[in-house]
Amino acid sequence: MPLMIEAVGLRRSFGKVVALDGLDVRLESGQVAAILGPNGAGKTTFLRMISTLVRPDGGMLRVCGLDVAAEPVRVRRLIGLAGQHATVEPALTGRENLQMIARLFGQDRRTARASAEETLERLRLGEAGDRLVRGYSGGMRRRLDLGASLVGRPRVLLLDEPTTGLDPQSRIELWDTIRALAADGTDVLLTTQYLEEADRLATTILIIDHGQVIASGTAKELKSRAGRDIVEIHVRDREDLDAAVRALTRIGAEKPAVDRGSLMVSVAVDSGPERLREALHEVSELGVHVEDVALRRPTLDEVFLSLTGSTPATEPRGGEPRPPGSAAGVAPETASRSVR
Amino acid sequence: MTAGAAPQPARSARLLPSVGVLTGRALRIYRRTPQLLILRIVQSVAFLLIFRYVFGGAIVAGTMRYVDFMASGLLTVGIMFATIGTALGVAEDHVGGLFDRLRSLPMPRSAVLAGRVLADLAMTVAVLVPTIAVAFAVGMRVHTGWVAALGALGLLVLFGLAFVWIFVAVGLLAGSVQAAQGISFIVMPVSFASSAFVPTASMPGWLRAFTEHQPVTVVVNAVRTLTQGAPAEALLGHGSGYYVTRALIWIIALVVVFAGLAITRYRSR
Repeated sequence: MPLMIEAVGLRRSFGKVVALDGLDVRLESGQVAAILGPNGAGKTTFLRMISTLVRPDGGMLRVCGLDVAAEPVRVRRLIGLAGQHATVEPALTGRENLQMIARLFGQDRRTARASAEETLERLRLGEAGDRLVRGYSGGMRRRLDLGASLVGRPRVLLLDEPTTGLDPQSRIELWDTIRALAADGTDVLLTTQYLEEADRLATTILIIDHGQVIASGTAKELKSRAGRDIVEIHVRDREDLDAAVRALTRIGAEKPAVDRGSLMVSVAVDSGPERLREALHEVSELGVHVEDVALRRPTLDEVFLSLTGSTPATEPRGGEPRPPGSAAGVAPETASRSVR
Repeated sequence: MTAGAAPQPARSARLLPSVGVLTGRALRIYRRTPQLLILRIVQSVAFLLIFRYVFGGAIVAGTMRYVDFMASGLLTVGIMFATIGTALGVAEDHVGGLFDRLRSLPMPRSAVLAGRVLADLAMTVAVLVPTIAVAFAVGMRVHTGWVAALGALGLLVLFGLAFVWIFVAVGLLAGSVQAAQGISFIVMPVSFASSAFVPTASMPGWLRAFTEHQPVTVVVNAVRTLTQGAPAEALLGHGSGYYVTRALIWIIALVVVFAGLAITRYRSR
């Protein structure tokens, strides 16, 4: 069984901007893989390269064993791409949209009709199939767009930020659909800015920054690689926050993070259970009313931030990664770079 | 890497069926949004009527009746305006990601632009036909023969083809829908600085040097001499052969340059 994706030393620049800087990837087939990274990290460029839309400046890229540079046409027969924007045509019906793409995949009229029907059913759009897409909701459009990438029965499905801009309900529906596809044997590679999405869907997660893979593995592996546990203390009264911060500063391996809205202080610690006991001792000494305490593994957010940091692009790369928790409470968007 | 390791791929779509599918798609979209076509026809006819009844009385075109003089110009310019929408549509498909999806499909890449050009050319003809009917209704007459008139019609359609390609290139190169729209307005000065509405004789020398030779004038004069015969040839100074040859050279040059630009841009990765 060839690998779903194999990339070695992949490079691409757009003018002065380096999008991919020696990207190495090996992804087994038979799984959902997620590419995670800040804006401008090179996620979309990588996906477009796999889709034969962008040529590499250097390096090697294979999809299901086929070299993308040497055999782009054969690669196109294997992939289905859903880009960031829904590209379905509003003035056509859902069925017409899908039939058109199926025909362009080389299916004859009858096969195209059957594939469109099958795809509509699979995406629960059967009843809406003969309505014009201009009457569809955002979630339906996105599902139909996913359908357009499926109707050619691809081996590898490429999804560029599939749920960006969707409401929570539609997002969960789309996740279910993607899981069902993977269960039926379609390989899926998706990019996302949502850590939760990668956590929930993907077997393998690649974290990309500055056009290179900086970490990869299962969600569990990535979390344990970040090492430290997090101690969280919720206080009852706002006045106690500062005391709690003082207490956690004493036991923490890092400066604690404070969430004033939910009256919560958290800190990364070296040895969880021991420090938790100490933390409770410290806060009771200071007379803090504790509402709730928790000892937990870092979230993927914290892993992500610890690996990518939130440093500006001008700083030299490869510096000390920040320990988890040090930037907790910072949204991933603020950690992004303005490279592109 | 041996190809044997790869799964059995389906065959690719062939060129002609792909062009057919994409042309059909574009025409179906136009049919579902009739306001697009109606608006273009209204615009084209309104322009014709304005020059027939508002400015017409004040313009002298040699010994020719003004309605006969201006009809060739208005039909030619009408075609240019009818193709503006192409730039918008192509820019939308380009920026909106449709072209990315289509380029990731196992089909000949040339089919996408070919389908677009065919559909938009059909739209242009759909604007041209009612405009011609109105031109006849307000007094324009052919003073030569049917063969020459059909030749003029063919030339107008070819000119439409050239402008569709120009605007396909604009749509692909503009970078945004707004920019595509802005650039499209070059048809304004280009159509007015021509022999479409008034004889060029009254223009200053430096302007005439441009207007006499630019493609709009050449095509307008070709249509004019083909449909009006001797009075037009007397006014313009050359026969229909002179203008038709130059018109065809211009059309071929425009198609080669702009189709070349568009295809290069579309294929670049």
